[in-house]
This record gives sequence, structure tokens and C-alpha cells, in this order.
Amino acid sequence: MIQFDSSTFTLSRTGSLQRIFLVSGVIGLALSVVAWFADSQHLYQSYLVAFAFWTTLALGMLFFTMLHHVTGAVWGLVIRRSSEAMMTVFPLLLLFFIPVVIGSHDLFHWTHEEAVREDFLLQWKAPYLNFTFFVVRGVLFFAVWIALAVFLNRYSLAQDTGADPGAARRMRYLSAAGIVLYAISSTFAAFDWLMSLEPHWYSTIFGVYIFVGGFLAALTFMTLFFLFLRSKGAMGNVVTREHYHDLGRMIFAFTVFWAYIAGSQYFLIWYANIPEETSWFLTRWNDGWKTVSLVIIIFHFAVPFVVLVFHSTKQNLKVLGTVAGILLVMHYVDMYWIVMPNFTENVQLSWMDLVTFVGIGGLVMWRFIIRYARSPLVPVKDPKLRQSIEHRV
Amino acid sequence: MKTPRAMIASFDTPGGLLHAAEEVRDKGYTRFDCHSSFPIHGMDDAMGLKRSPLGFIVGGMAVLGAVVGMGLQGWVTTVDYPLIFSGKPLWSWQAYIIITFAMLVLFGAFGTVLGMLFLNRLPRWHHPLFTSDRFASVTDDGFFISIEADDPKFDPEQTAAFLASIGGKDIETIEGEAR
Repeated sequence: MIQFDSSTFTLSRTGSLQRIFLVSGVIGLALSVVAWFADSQHLYQSYLVAFAFWTTLALGMLFFTMLHHVTGAVWGLVIRRSSEAMMTVFPLLLLFFIPVVIGSHDLFHWTHEEAVREDFLLQWKAPYLNFTFFVVRGVLFFAVWIALAVFLNRYSLAQDTGADPGAARRMRYLSAAGIVLYAISSTFAAFDWLMSLEPHWYSTIFGVYIFVGGFLAALTFMTLFFLFLRSKGAMGNVVTREHYHDLGRMIFAFTVFWAYIAGSQYFLIWYANIPEETSWFLTRWNDGWKTVSLVIIIFHFAVPFVVLVFHSTKQNLKVLGTVAGILLVMHYVDMYWIVMPNFTENVQLSWMDLVTFVGIGGLVMWRFIIRYARSPLVPVKDPKLRQSIEHRV
Repeated sequence: MKTPRAMIASFDTPGGLLHAAEEVRDKGYTRFDCHSSFPIHGMDDAMGLKRSPLGFIVGGMAVLGAVVGMGLQGWVTTVDYPLIFSGKPLWSWQAYIIITFAMLVLFGAFGTVLGMLFLNRLPRWHHPLFTSDRFASVTDDGFFISIEADDPKFDPEQTAAFLASIGGKDIETIEGEAR
């Protein structure tokens, strides 16, 4: 179905792929509406998990693009167009943020005025945690991400025509400033949308935790996406074993970093032993949630670490693909584990988890494929392109 | 008593050295080395070198360090001098993680440095190659291949002829004390 022209690096006949994503997305969203009539409260919870998954993934892609520009890395030039394409979904995600706002009364305890009145801590936090400011911040975060995505994409495409010799420099400068804005916005977005689900609880490292998870998801997503293209006979001699090896190294490094951040978060709370902090972990160590916690420890860290620590496994596409798949699934489980224990005593899988995930994901992937296939799959006029394709460590 | 220890040949360019290394490798020599004042890209493959086993030494040492770190703290706090800290159980493994991790890194670093020295057969104070005046230019602009005399394929005449045939110049037999 997909056709790849290796002389111009263009992808054609992606129509059926787009249709699959569009149709599954629309069906998913339609079923989500049905679910809203069935149990709106549970729907919002499932929806927030899916929203968090896809937003953090897109944020990871944005970070990858900027990191790439700032460091002047050569190896990732051939895969950068995929991260650039995924950045274009932020306007769509802004639309998907609306149901979170509408459902905020069902999701966020601090939106209940009567609860805030009787709660000293919530009153204390009210200047930050109030509905108006929450919406304003959300729009502001998206404004930052959309602006960065739009300009980074525009310069990158301008480079393709050769009309703009200063594009590379501009992208580097923008990324340097962008990473700072990104750090602030993604941290507070994580606080707003995920940490404030339990408004008494706080963890200053939480923003980093969400960021690492998203970046790891982006790396594993790209690995799987290029393995998919490879299986369709596209980009096989552009994204070589060397590039997968590099992706493998990044995945390994950020698996360790994720564990380091998750461990630090747990460790400090365990050590201080303050009830309002420990409660967050205690609810996640009860009944079924304990199983989920253990699954995350084992498959988000232990297994990928032991497998990817070796030189040969990072180069073995089958092994790397399997680990990347596990980690991407684990990112969803991680989001689920952050959101759901705030609402249910025990794990309660629901069909709503699936339809919201497919609903948001289908449209996100649809937009991603359209943008990715529209321009050459690599920055064809970049002077470092040849070096990147032939890249060897 | 002095015996032949190695035979060296010089090459003009890093590229020439790289190709010569491939020839020597393909001829079946196993105990040879290439010398230059800077690393040459692709030389590992050209010489047919396998991946260094250093990673496994480091990994083994790191695991040992973690076990020692965890064991030391566990033994002290549960057996040797049990004390209750902030109401936590005697065996509070969470509290030991940081030192365990630090010991893992420390032992891993020891493993890296000492393992590297061991694999490079260091420290050693002298090598017969240093008796050659010509070889001294390796730290400046010289590119050399040396084939050890205890290589199974080594033969004083054939090896010299072979090195000449692949473009080697100034072929010289290095003599040293018999091992």
C-alpha cells in the first residue's frame, strides 16, 4: 500500500493508512460519546488517561526536535521529520483539552466549591488551583507548544527549498529558548492535569517524571514507526541499523533516567513519611494497584534495563522493537496508574479506556501521517544529511 | 640472549595503514598491531578485532558492588548494631538504595580502570619495539604495523616479503631478550 521513492525521499499512497486512522478515530470518539451517556464520570477518567498519553507523546516529540537542534546532532537528522510531524498535532490536542475542561468537575476535587470551603489546604492553594486560572494556563501551555511547533516546522520546510540559508541557525536559537519554555510549561501542565487530581498531594519532581515518560514514549514510538516503515519497504536504507542502535541507546538511557526520577520521588516521600505525601503511594500499594505498581517497576524498568544493557540487543531490530513496544504500552499503564487510583479503590478496566484511547489516538495518528507524507521524509537540503545517512559510531 | 621478537613495517598514510591492516588480517595473522599517533576510523574492523570484553568485567564488578553495598548496610542495621530510625523497620532496604547505587558505580569504575589495564597488559615498563629508532616517529608522523614473532604464521623471510608486498617500507626485525 505505501510507496517510497528513495531518490526524492517521498512517501506516496498513504491514503488507506490515513483512512484507517481517521475511521478508527471517529468511531472511537463516537463510542466515547455513547460512553458519556452511559457513565460520564468514568468516561472523563478514561479520557484523561488517553489525553495524557497522547499529549505527553507529542511533547516528547517536540522535545526531541529541540534537543536535536540545540545539540547539533547528526545521527537523528534522518528521523527528525517524524518528530516534526508529530508536533503538528498540538492544535488537535487543544481541541481534545476541551472535554477535560468540561469534565473538570468530575475529575478535579478542587473544583468543588463546598469542598474548598471546608478544607484549609485547598483554600491555601485556591489562588493557583481555581477553574479560571486552570483554563487560562491550559490555553497558555498549548499556545507555547503550538508556536514552537509551527515555527520549527516552518523553518525546517523552508530549508527544503534552499531559499533560506539561515534556517538551521534560526531553528537552533528558537530551540534553545524553546527548551526553557518547554520545561516550565510541561512541568506545570503535569501539575495541573495529573498531580492536582489529588490536590493535597504534591511532589516537586512530578513534572520531570511526566516529561521523561513522554520523551521515552516518543523514542519508542519513533523506533516502532520506522520499523513499521521498514517492513513496508520504506526508509530501509536511510534509517539503518546504526540509527536504531542510537535509538536503543537513548531508550536505554532514558529508561534508567525514568527509574532514577521515579525512585527519587518515592524515596523522598518514603523517607519523610508525611501522611499527606505517603497517601498517594499507599493507595497505589493496595489491592489490584499493587499489581499494577509491580508491573510498572518490572516492565518500565527492570526488563528493558536487563535486555538493553548489552551491545548486541540494541542493534537487534526484533529485540529492540519488542522492548520499545513494551515501553510504549507501559507509558499508557503509567498514565493509567497516575490517574485512576484517585477514583477507584481497585483496578477497574473498562471498554471506555479503549474507545477514548483509539478516539484521540486515531485522529492524532491521522494528522501525523498526513503531515509526515506531505514533505520529503528527510530534510533534503540539509548539508549534514549525507553524513547522517552514512552515520556510523 | 637476543631473539627476534617482532617485525615492523612503516606506511606513509593512515589510509595505507588501514588497507595494510586488512591484508594482514586476511593473510591469517593474529598477533599483530597497528601504531599511529591518532585513532583511525574503521581500524577495529580492518584489524578484525572483536569487541572488548571490558563491559562484562565492569558489569560483574558493578553487581558485586551493589551486593556489597546492600549487604554491608543490611548486616550492620539488622545484625551487628540494630537501631530503629524514625520508626522504620530494621531492614529498610529503601534507605540503602543510595549507597548501594554509589557502591555499584564505584566498583564499576574500578572495574573499568583496572580491567582496562589488565586487558592492555599494563603496567609494563618496556617493550622491544622501543629499541627501534625508526619506530620513535610513531608519536609524530609514522604509521607502523608490527607482527609479533610468536604469531603462528610468523616466518622471518616470508613475513618480510609479505609486508613488502602490501606496501610496507623500512621493514625491520626487532630483537629483544628471549621470553
